[in-house]
Amino acid sequence: MTIGGLAMIYIFILAIFTGVEVISRVPTVLHTPLMSGANAIHGIVLVGGIILLGEAGDNNALIGLGFAAVILGTLNVVGGFVVTDRMLEMFKAKPGTKDKNQK
Amino acid sequence: MNNPLLFPEAAYLIASLLFIFGLKRLSSPRTARSGNMVAGVGMGLALIGTFCLPGMGHFGWILFAIAIGTIPGWLLAKRVKMTAMPQMVSLFNGMGGACALFISLGEWIRSINEISIVSVTISFTPTWGAALPMLLGILFGAVSFTGSLVAFGKLQGVITEKPVRWPAQKVINGLLLLAIVLAAIAGVQTSAHLPWIIALAVAALTLGVLQVLPIGGADMPVVISVLNSCTGLAAALTGFAMHNMSMIIAGTLVGAAGSLLTILMCNAMNRSLAKVIFGSFGLTAQGAAAAGGDKSMREISANEAAIIMGYARKVIIVPGYGLAVAQAQRLVREFETALEKRNVEVKYAIHPVAGRMPGHMNVLLAEADVPYTKLRDMEEINPEFDQADAALIIGANDVVNPAARLDPGSPIYGMPILNADHAKNIIVIKRGRGAEFAGIDNGLFYDPKTRMLFGDAKNALQELLTELKSL
Repeated sequence: MTIGGLAMIYIFILAIFTGVEVISRVPTVLHTPLMSGANAIHGIVLVGGIILLGEAGDNNALIGLGFAAVILGTLNVVGGFVVTDRMLEMFKAKPGTKDKNQK
Repeated sequence: MNNPLLFPEAAYLIASLLFIFGLKRLSSPRTARSGNMVAGVGMGLALIGTFCLPGMGHFGWILFAIAIGTIPGWLLAKRVKMTAMPQMVSLFNGMGGACALFISLGEWIRSINEISIVSVTISFTPTWGAALPMLLGILFGAVSFTGSLVAFGKLQGVITEKPVRWPAQKVINGLLLLAIVLAAIAGVQTSAHLPWIIALAVAALTLGVLQVLPIGGADMPVVISVLNSCTGLAAALTGFAMHNMSMIIAGTLVGAAGSLLTILMCNAMNRSLAKVIFGSFGLTAQGAAAAGGDKSMREISANEAAIIMGYARKVIIVPGYGLAVAQAQRLVREFETALEKRNVEVKYAIHPVAGRMPGHMNVLLAEADVPYTKLRDMEEINPEFDQADAALIIGANDVVNPAARLDPGSPIYGMPILNADHAKNIIVIKRGRGAEFAGIDNGLFYDPKTRMLFGDAKNALQELLTELKSL
């Protein structure tokens, strides 16, 4: 499926409104976790990194750039989701769970 | 139904929906954790879909690179202390920015080499329409990369938290921006594409550093939030360049949500975004006008402080970042229980920006098993200070600084604060006598009702606890 430039712009605009609408009622306590969660989601650049490397053919410059991009994107995705999960874990530990000793 | 793009496209579609649902769930406390999971599943799906795209190769390299990224990412994220969360978010954000930068550079090389790619049908001569997403992707990715690293360095203490100043900052940044525009034009219009684009990237990387260095540590949360949406935008732009729907949607979602989040944060701290980015926090003739009259702080011993609080009816604890730095959350919880055994009513007053980011303090206290029911928002607790016999301020400063109410010259003037000064007694646990984080002097410390208990939060609380138990 190929999408024309104009269609991409439509999607771009609709996504802007969706993004604003979806989090418009977030309470202050969730600002930090939400930022971190959003940070994980833009790890979607990893998809671009994989495509760049996957389609690099025998072009060494592209292989190098793609390889670096995949490493960096993975860091973003893995780190982002794990950090967010650790923050949110705190929010539900209500009945005296004393299992947190990790430093 | 033999369209090889069917599965990847379907995966991208579902992933995009999951990102939206995930983000939605992330904005409510009860569903937040599952929201993160939902988004994670979406990410997994998008990645699987990508592997199934036709015309892909180098799978060994891809998996190798993913492995290299996963291990440190996982370890860092698992091991980092809760207090260091904000800079960790910044670091990962910078990685995403760098990723977008490299992809955009790669796309540029692809476009000038005119490699024919099966799944991409656009003619890759750098027309403006095709070039613009790449150029902007390089710009936003690069600024986000170095900016985030500087923010990380500042919060981690590698780089000074104080605003760094040099002459003609705005002129230099303006010139850099001009250079970026010129390099972009030259890159598209001349035949020597690549050197110009690399020059553009270098200028953008420099801009990221120069833009964040002058901003003080207290404003870093806002900066990180701005850079977060920058990376989102960069991801969307690379999506434009690669004609990838999931990247456009996810990146734009984050860019938009991040921008709104930035505004919400600024409102919570009563800071204008423009002032954070271009302003001069902590530089305004600070403290010059602050707290005239006698400027002496009155000290108190742990014993006396324990007596005041041990025989009080109501104590409100104001935790600040100093508490978290000293890793004293558990002690404060113990102290609270000890007070309650003596029938003292204890509540925690949580300023929206206590800690280093909105919501940070709630996370830190929850980690120490402080029950949620005891945490009070600013609006809720402020009227209660009038009935409190004592306010115990632990490592907090700006959020109780009356200058925010009284002194129009103060950099934090107008920020809503906790009315700790309305309590009958104010006990401040503070490490030293100097001005702190934001570098602003605090009139509350010189208030006649205030007594200072100097020392590291952990030691001070330990002493208080011992004294309280021996009462």
